[in-house]
Amino acid sequence: MAASETSKETILRYAFGNVLSFFILVLIGVLAFSIRLFSVIKYESVIHEFDPYFNYRVTQYLTKNGIYDFWNWFDDRTWYPLGRVIGGTVYPGLTLTAGTIWWLLSSLNIPLSVETVCVFTAPIFSAFASWATYLLTKEVKGAGAGLMAAALLAMVPSYISRSVAGSYDNEAVAIFALIFTFYLYIKTLNTGSLFYATLNAIAYFYMVCSWGGYTFIINLIPMHVLLCIVTGRYSSRLYIAYAPLVVLGTLLASLVPVVGFNAVMTSEHFASFLVFIIIHVVALVYYIKGILSPKMFKVAVTFVVSIGVVVCGAVLAVLIALVASSPTKGWSGRSLSLLDPTYASKYIPIIASVSEHQPPTWPSYFMDINVLAFLVPAGIIACFSPLSDASSFVILYIVTSVYFSGVMVRLMLVLAPAACIMSGIALSAAFDVFTRSIKFQLPGATENSERDAGETSSNSVVAQNDVAKTEKNEDAVKERPSKKNRKKEKEKENVEKPSVKSQIKKKLLILPLEASIIAIFLLVLLGAFYVVHCVWAAAEAYSAPSIVLTSHSHDGLHVFDDFREAYAWLSHNTEVDDKVASWWDYGYQTTAMANRTVIVDNNTWNNTHIATVGTAMSSPEKAAWEIFNSLDVKYVLVVFGGLVGYPSDDINKFLWMVRIGGGVFPHIKEPDYLRDGQYRIDSQATPTMLNCLMYKLSYYRFVETDGKAFDRVRRTEIGKKYFKLTHFEEVFTTHHWMVRIYKLKPPKNRIRGRAKKSKSKASSTTGTKRIGTKKKNPWH
Amino acid sequence: MGFRFDLLMFMIVLLSVPVLSNLILSNVDRRIDLTTQAVRITSTLKVENTGSDLVSEVLLAFPDDQAKHLAYLTATNNEGKGKAKSSSVSFPVDVVRPKGMHPSLTFYSVSLPKGLGKGASLTLDVLAVFAHALQPFPERITQPDIQLVVFNETAHYLSPYAVKVQSLTVKLPDARIESFSKIENTKIHGSEVKYGPYENLPPFSYSSIVVHFEANQPFAIAQQLIREIEISHWGNVQVTEHYNLVHGGAQSKGEFSRLDYQARPHVRGASAIRHLVAKLPPRAHSIYYRDEIGNISTSKLWGDPKKTELVIEPRYPMFGGWRTAFTIGYGLPLQDFLFHSEGKRYLNISFGSPINEVVIDTLIVKVVLPEGSADISVSAPFPVKQGQETKFSHLDVVGRPVIVLEKTNVVLEHNQHFQVYYKFSSLSMFGEPLMLISGFFFLFVACIIYMHADLSISKSSPSYLAKLQWDEVQAGVQQVRNIFDRCLTLHDKLEASLRDLSRTGDVQACKASRKAVDGLLKDISKDLKPLLLSLQSSPQAAQILPKCSICKTSNATS
Repeated sequence: MAASETSKETILRYAFGNVLSFFILVLIGVLAFSIRLFSVIKYESVIHEFDPYFNYRVTQYLTKNGIYDFWNWFDDRTWYPLGRVIGGTVYPGLTLTAGTIWWLLSSLNIPLSVETVCVFTAPIFSAFASWATYLLTKEVKGAGAGLMAAALLAMVPSYISRSVAGSYDNEAVAIFALIFTFYLYIKTLNTGSLFYATLNAIAYFYMVCSWGGYTFIINLIPMHVLLCIVTGRYSSRLYIAYAPLVVLGTLLASLVPVVGFNAVMTSEHFASFLVFIIIHVVALVYYIKGILSPKMFKVAVTFVVSIGVVVCGAVLAVLIALVASSPTKGWSGRSLSLLDPTYASKYIPIIASVSEHQPPTWPSYFMDINVLAFLVPAGIIACFSPLSDASSFVILYIVTSVYFSGVMVRLMLVLAPAACIMSGIALSAAFDVFTRSIKFQLPGATENSERDAGETSSNSVVAQNDVAKTEKNEDAVKERPSKKNRKKEKEKENVEKPSVKSQIKKKLLILPLEASIIAIFLLVLLGAFYVVHCVWAAAEAYSAPSIVLTSHSHDGLHVFDDFREAYAWLSHNTEVDDKVASWWDYGYQTTAMANRTVIVDNNTWNNTHIATVGTAMSSPEKAAWEIFNSLDVKYVLVVFGGLVGYPSDDINKFLWMVRIGGGVFPHIKEPDYLRDGQYRIDSQATPTMLNCLMYKLSYYRFVETDGKAFDRVRRTEIGKKYFKLTHFEEVFTTHHWMVRIYKLKPPKNRIRGRAKKSKSKASSTTGTKRIGTKKKNPWH
Repeated sequence: MGFRFDLLMFMIVLLSVPVLSNLILSNVDRRIDLTTQAVRITSTLKVENTGSDLVSEVLLAFPDDQAKHLAYLTATNNEGKGKAKSSSVSFPVDVVRPKGMHPSLTFYSVSLPKGLGKGASLTLDVLAVFAHALQPFPERITQPDIQLVVFNETAHYLSPYAVKVQSLTVKLPDARIESFSKIENTKIHGSEVKYGPYENLPPFSYSSIVVHFEANQPFAIAQQLIREIEISHWGNVQVTEHYNLVHGGAQSKGEFSRLDYQARPHVRGASAIRHLVAKLPPRAHSIYYRDEIGNISTSKLWGDPKKTELVIEPRYPMFGGWRTAFTIGYGLPLQDFLFHSEGKRYLNISFGSPINEVVIDTLIVKVVLPEGSADISVSAPFPVKQGQETKFSHLDVVGRPVIVLEKTNVVLEHNQHFQVYYKFSSLSMFGEPLMLISGFFFLFVACIIYMHADLSISKSSPSYLAKLQWDEVQAGVQQVRNIFDRCLTLHDKLEASLRDLSRTGDVQACKASRKAVDGLLKDISKDLKPLLLSLQSSPQAAQILPKCSICKTSNATS
């Protein structure tokens, strides 16, 4: 009778636990979603920043024209006159996801605009990502750690920065895909089920669709497989987890147009193939070991090794020769700069010019993962006791992602889930120990107080010792079968674990009551600090959409909506086919918001083209006019922050224009613009600087605003205050002067122009310079 | 430049026009209001019947180039000699094409229901509003230039009837007058130009005059305005208005300098549209103002119980020829606009735009009725083009009927209420919530069925058998665990008795409890035996056995 009662109790307790954890998961999902809504509440439901505008535009195209047109889309509104094949150069995962959501909703007659769907895609997927984290951590260290890790991930600032409502970027869905792929890999590794292996390949396919960061997966998993093999943990489960992933995954990956044959041609994928070969060799070895007697096996090993070395050497030589024949050694620039952090700044200014490709600083670690940085080592230790296949994977994940995040700020995003998993494990383990010791001591105390206070300590110690001994036995017994690594055993173990293990651990490590209470209090405090920081980061640091700026002054909130003002002006008051030239940062926004053709945009695929624009911006007016005119440009857009103190304006980006322009057109020499190694615009500035187009367009008639022409970003008075534009005319300037749009004046009457030209040729050096431009300029 | 227009001045007397009837206009007094972009001509006609027949219609004539801009025309009877205007009755006005008339004239006939008997007279107030009658001249100006417009009219009232006495007053905005045609009896009085009185002019007298003056009021023209009025019987009328606005004044040419505009906004950019005022109905709520790239932050809202006033600024000041597009939306309480009559419901809401200074080229009003509305009819105070379509939104199955009303050249005078009558049963309000509830209900039922039903395809497949065995083993393991628990409680009891023993030295009690526990333990091991056997027999349970045996040994040791 008692038995049935207790069994009922345990069943009830399990059911209660399941329901509880289900509700906790739901709440975590709600938390992950709602913490990202600060941007909508504080600002508005709008797409953020630069890249999301492109994704939004692609999604609009997809929903309007359907999937086939999307694959075949040749976009003639950008990279004029080259155009861009969108279908083949874009990671379609995000777009297809949002498009599917929109299609689903509209087929249910729920009238949501594409924009709304795009804005809320990222928060929805961050809820999915936290559930995926739960699953992954549960596979590694049980449900408690899973819930903890999911809660941490739901609000980790690093991830929030990329997935606030409106931040409609690839990373938003890619992090979910990344974690889910890892979960399925671990699940396959734990169960050896081919079903999960197939799912894993599909999840990997989704990841490839979503983000270029899929190379992280296809390198990390082989590394882990290699680690398992080297440490003697090879098993058939490992084989099932890995081999289908490589075969199916590579096939699926090459279906994505942007990856295509890269899936087998570039060096990023070679590691997986190499490990694929190795795992087969190892599998063969294990098989042969199984059939042969030990003696025969030794003979066979020496035989195979000698031949294998020769063959491998030959294959490697061929591979190396193939790879070495390509100029970048088969690695793309971004990947190379991952391996060699100094690579980009040395060779590719266009990659170095993006702030998110710079290495992070220490404060940014604290800002982005906060207390997790301190909990991660504890988590690593917890993963080592005991070390399983799954926990070794997580350790490898954190180690590699720490390295990569150190190279590029952007990859902090990959570190964040790993840090959350680790901290979840650490916190869960710590809470486990502390609550257990409290739980063990509390009923003991009550019992003793009932009977006798005198002998409690000695008694309990004896009991403890007793139990510890038996546990050790059990442990030893338990370890043995688990090494045999049979599938069914493993499954059973999973069931056994909670019961047996909890019994084992219950009395394994007991801390004093007071100490554990204080420790729990401190941990809760730490968690509270983390929550406070995350909410602050979500509300203040990462909620700004960057196209709308606000400032608080004594007379209330002031809104700077200049970007949209300019884009709206362009879209309504210029011809549909006019070309607008600006620095590439504003390309996506111009095509998406103003619907005008741009010369370059944020997809920096053609360095020469960008260099042409950079050259024009850093040339004198006449030469710039010629370059722009040859590109059919009608309007030039510059961003100028000098009036209101907006720091990321074009003058501050000017060094990259000079550097990138000079990289292709050697007549632009950086030293010409530098005084004392600095770009200066004050009275010390070089004449080249004061005569270049960017300077003139930024500061045209600026002196008339306050009489002194004080630039609030550079905190100085500008060098040349009074000048006129001869080849450009101002057609629009926004309310706070943040965006200024100029129109190219039509060419002058021919005879007059020729006369002037000959004059200027004779008189100044700029004439010769212009001729140089003409020769170098590819558009003539 | 005005002299050119003076040259254009001429008089035409149309030839050989048949006398229409014996009506004469004994007195014509016209006032032309040019202070806004819509030109309002108020004519007071005193009609006399000199013939012997009963006359039932009065013809009004407009030249074609004026008639095509005619937005609004009413004729009311002015009975009380200008004082008691409340009793005025408006007469039906229709386009007619009388025979033998000059083809470049358009005629409107005012039907007099009572007719005008012999020798009787009648005073008619005719209000005609023209939408695009002011022409900017020069057509292209730079930013600092002022905007000048030209207005063409006739000094003599163009009418198929002889006019005895007439006068014309042109009211101009309080600003510079560049030039105006000087003919006989022309006076200028402040910002008013007066022509006349002229006496005894034959039918179809025409004397062109031109006024050229400064007009810096915004020429806000909505090329298209779509108003969508959506009725929700849950208590809301949602109005969404999509404007496609253009500044219809003199085109801006050359540079736009923000500096000049900010430094001297009323000199450099006097004719720019800075803001528009939308007078929304009282108790309007959830007001938004946005365009396709997001919210426009430059708007202000005032509200009191009588009205709600929304001041909107376009994203940029609009100079001549500049365009913009935006959307404003607001919700209104249902009970203010929806009424019942004779078993039908009807919506009674204003037709035109809440922004008064806008002239609308094409206005499309869409009234979205709730799903399931039937028997729909519209009554509008002026002729509109009607259509019907269907809209799907918010879980609709058959779609909502949409009444589409279209009208061109809409001015302030069209801001009148119109009615849409329809039948709708209150019960169908609950259709969609019920649909949602049942949808979720069936989802959960499906989940429950899925969890409880055995959906395996083949009962003999190895995976199915494995699953069965797995369940069996799990049940066994559960039982073993229960025995463990019992065993542990016994241990506790034993320990307690030992503790008692050490405290009290009562060996007997301890022995007794020991005996009892031993008995129970024996029972337990008895229970355990069949379980162990079954686990042994099952191949799946092979590796659990060692643990069970440990349990056994631990039992034994205790």
